[in-house]
Amino acid sequence: MNAIQIIKNGIIKENPTFVLMLGMCPTLATTTSAINGMSMGLATMAVLICTNVVISCLKSVTPDKVRIPVFIVVIAAFVTMLQLVIKAFLPDIDAALGLFIPLIVVNCIILGRAEAFAAKNSPIASLFDGIGIGLGFTLGLTLLGICRELLGSGSIFGFTLLPETTNILLFVLPPGAFITLGFLIAIVNKLRKA
Amino acid sequence: MEYILIFISAIFVNNIVLSQFLGVSKKIDTSLGMSAAVAFVLTLATIVTWCVQKYVLDAFGLQYLQTIAFILVIASLVQMVEIVLKKVSPALYQALGIFLPLITTNCAVLGVAILCIQKDYDLLQSVIYAFSTAIGFGLALTVFAGMREQLELVKIPKGMQGMAIVMLSAGLLSLAFMGFSGVDGGLKLLFGLD
Repeated sequence: MNAIQIIKNGIIKENPTFVLMLGMCPTLATTTSAINGMSMGLATMAVLICTNVVISCLKSVTPDKVRIPVFIVVIAAFVTMLQLVIKAFLPDIDAALGLFIPLIVVNCIILGRAEAFAAKNSPIASLFDGIGIGLGFTLGLTLLGICRELLGSGSIFGFTLLPETTNILLFVLPPGAFITLGFLIAIVNKLRKA
Repeated sequence: MEYILIFISAIFVNNIVLSQFLGVSKKIDTSLGMSAAVAFVLTLATIVTWCVQKYVLDAFGLQYLQTIAFILVIASLVQMVEIVLKKVSPALYQALGIFLPLITTNCAVLGVAILCIQKDYDLLQSVIYAFSTAIGFGLALTVFAGMREQLELVKIPKGMQGMAIVMLSAGLLSLAFMGFSGVDGGLKLLFGLD
């Protein structure tokens, strides 16, 4: 597989949000607006790329029996770094995402890719896999965020498009996350079959 | 009185499953078993992480290691529950299968542990919060499993089959739970805690 194929695979064929259905916790909780969804996606992508490369480099020295704890420690280390960086340089995003930044540790996508891809492939291929899956996740979260923000607060990325009278508060609240995602998945299913 | 407030609001008002998602089981009895396992891990993990935070991390000024320390504690607890369950109830162990080790990556567990520290709860408050979150988790999971059992019997449009309809039903369930919001405010007034 070449680089472009791996990236395309992550965005379309194995899109983590719409096809693999992984990492639902941040997907549902942080997509109240397009910008929040995108920041969460990019944060996860940054961690995913780093962990994929490091785990792939370590694969020959990691004993098979303790590989999961090893993966988790590597992931937790990168998440801690990211947490400190975001706190220092991007306080707005820190305030918006809050608890969900440390929760990147338990995002199934990251552990899943470590186990399914990085532990079996070269560091370079894992790098591209991280980029592809990361982009797919960011895309999914941003799309969900755009839909919810448009329906719930009548704007996209903070630019107001609809008058306040058409806002449906429900879509910014948790039920809106489930319902919007349900419909998006249905649309993606339809498109994939066509 | 404060303790009752934490208890009620964690079960109904801030139900953590409905802001995060775990589509484990389609059967009510497995979901009860799953809830019991989560309740045990969640409560135990919160006690241990609270002690780790107060007596190790805070005492030595190592707060930045929080994420790594917590996830290691949780991972080893899950491993322990798995071993115990394998001995005590092999049938349940079989039924839960892959979902048991996945409790580690259930964001409720790490989320609650971190929330208790952020909210500055004392040990008893943390235990109550963790336990009642687990009950809320079990309640939502069981109700949801019941809904999925019903879904098997009805005819669903092609595009909506699978996860799409599951998401939509979760949305409706979550909407029903939103009916409880405000209950904690009422209780606060009742107990004169404001």
